[in-house]
Amino acid sequence: MKAIVFGATSGIAEAVLRLWAARGDELYLVARSESRLAAIAADLRARGARSVRTATADLNDPATHSRLFADAGAFDTVLVAHGILGDERDVDLVMRTNLCSPAALLGIAAERAQPGARLAAIGSVAGDRGRATNGLYGASKAGLEAFLSALRQRMFRRGVRVITVKPGFVDTAMTAQMPKSRLFATPANVARGIVRAVDRGTPVAYVPGFWRWIMAVVRAIPETIFRRLAF
Amino acid sequence: MESWGRYPRATQTVQTMRWRSDVPRFDGAKVLPRGQGRSYGDSCLNDGGVLISTAGLDRFIFLDEAGGTLRCEAGVTFEAILDLIVPRGFFLPVVPGTRFVSVGGAIANDIHGKNHHRAGTFGRHVRALELLRSDGSRRVLGPHDPLFAATVGGLGLTGIVTWAEIQLIRVPGPCLRTEAIPFADLDAFLALTRESDGSWDYTVAWIDCLSPKPGRGVFLRGVHAEGAARAPSRRLRVPLDFPAFVLNRHTVRAFNRLYRLATRPGTRLSHYDPFFFPLDSVQGWNRIYGKPGFFQFQCVVPEIGTIGSLLQKVARAGTGSFLSVLKTFGDLPSPGLLSFPRKGFTLALDFPNRGPATLALLDDLEREVRATGGALYPAKDARMSRETFVHGSPRLDQFLPFLDPAFSSSFWRRVTA
Repeated sequence: MKAIVFGATSGIAEAVLRLWAARGDELYLVARSESRLAAIAADLRARGARSVRTATADLNDPATHSRLFADAGAFDTVLVAHGILGDERDVDLVMRTNLCSPAALLGIAAERAQPGARLAAIGSVAGDRGRATNGLYGASKAGLEAFLSALRQRMFRRGVRVITVKPGFVDTAMTAQMPKSRLFATPANVARGIVRAVDRGTPVAYVPGFWRWIMAVVRAIPETIFRRLAF
Repeated sequence: MESWGRYPRATQTVQTMRWRSDVPRFDGAKVLPRGQGRSYGDSCLNDGGVLISTAGLDRFIFLDEAGGTLRCEAGVTFEAILDLIVPRGFFLPVVPGTRFVSVGGAIANDIHGKNHHRAGTFGRHVRALELLRSDGSRRVLGPHDPLFAATVGGLGLTGIVTWAEIQLIRVPGPCLRTEAIPFADLDAFLALTRESDGSWDYTVAWIDCLSPKPGRGVFLRGVHAEGAARAPSRRLRVPLDFPAFVLNRHTVRAFNRLYRLATRPGTRLSHYDPFFFPLDSVQGWNRIYGKPGFFQFQCVVPEIGTIGSLLQKVARAGTGSFLSVLKTFGDLPSPGLLSFPRKGFTLALDFPNRGPATLALLDDLEREVRATGGALYPAKDARMSRETFVHGSPRLDQFLPFLDPAFSSSFWRRVTA
């Protein structure tokens, strides 16, 4: 399998890449830091990847996107994994990183995708309902989910599967400052769920799976009550 | 935060390193690198200071299949390495009793395994490592560098190991031909050791601490062999702290009887996993000792007679030890200035923490070890005296100049205060 991974140095992406490398896949990694890409590429080669190529780019600059796809060549799978938690004041930056840039990349990927291809992006359970503590992040992920839903319909007849991955809390650099609870999953655990969802073409995959039930409850709470809750 | 022995507990802040290029903050507080926290006592704790977790430095750098070497970051675990290299026909040169240790931890404690009589310690197979010091310098060290000798077995006190290169061994597959032989006393153990150490890669003995005649046990030996076997499932888990009453003379005796059955005499082909890492199949086994935790006691003494006397003391105290392990160390020199392994006999025991009675027994054992010219293993120690440490570390004076001034640990303050 040939995969292009955007945001390849994120904790979740790296864990997914290790599983793909162990199966002997061909990998094309995109991120901002050349030294981090080099560290990950060496690791993936040792783990058995057939080939690993890397490219540095600032994905918030849409001018880079076409060049990256041209350089990467044909693919079976695209995983869009970059994102930031951000601050409530960083409206532009959060929206551009978590929504605009992924949507633009997925749009190009959709044009180039062959039948049977997989287009996956990392959403979040935070996109299921806005909460007091991370409204902006949740809004960007909700927007991404709507975009992916539309793309899924559009691509269905062409045999291209679109996968929305919705992790809960994952123990990565993004959540380093949060106090850890039993709800936290390891990147390796989440990665197994993502690889399975991509293989099967699962439309919306909660990882770990128990988040499906938690979020069903959270979504069912009437707004008149939800507004009083603070979590 | 706690160590694997869950005694003592310590409060400290944690910094994490995710990339080799990361530079931790050295801002006055004493720091200590920490890998998987599998040391039993306080050598992986830093009460009131900073722990620098290297668990995120878990990448391979280069596997040279022609030369049989592996370069990887310090936080990579032995489990990850074995998963990678065994299917490619390699094995680690030395493995301890658990595969959940990191490369950095294995170097810092200059660990040993069941093949000490043939391979020596892990440090003998490290070809190079990079050390990050608190002055910001990064140095690549080889076995002939004095700072290398201080870092191997140096308990993480000379700097942070960011990566290391290890010489692997070639194996025909994941299997070992193993043999279990019951023996009645320490003389029989000695005879088995003499007979086996020349031709078997791995030898170790399990001792039944509660037998009326101290020294009864089962001798286990193994060699890498051709064949296929599947790794047993790794599912069992201790989900909660056992209350203290679960562990008593009778349950330990029952366990020992079970263990005797499980290691029934005879030769068989075994996957490497249960042979090397029998306790790893029970995740969180340290919780069976409950909240108070437990003490490990591992010594090396020059004479087998001392082992008999130590075992008698333990039998008399009646606070049996689940897994009591006896092994003959060979005479291959350990490369580290503070390395624990040296020629002689090493005995490892564990005791549930029952307060003053346990402490008195440990004191008694420690006195005997010191009097007979032996040493205790820092990685498994929570309470040896300064005197015992100094006696057991003949090259301590050579080590001290290499100590990084920003580094310390709870253990280090205890034994050097």
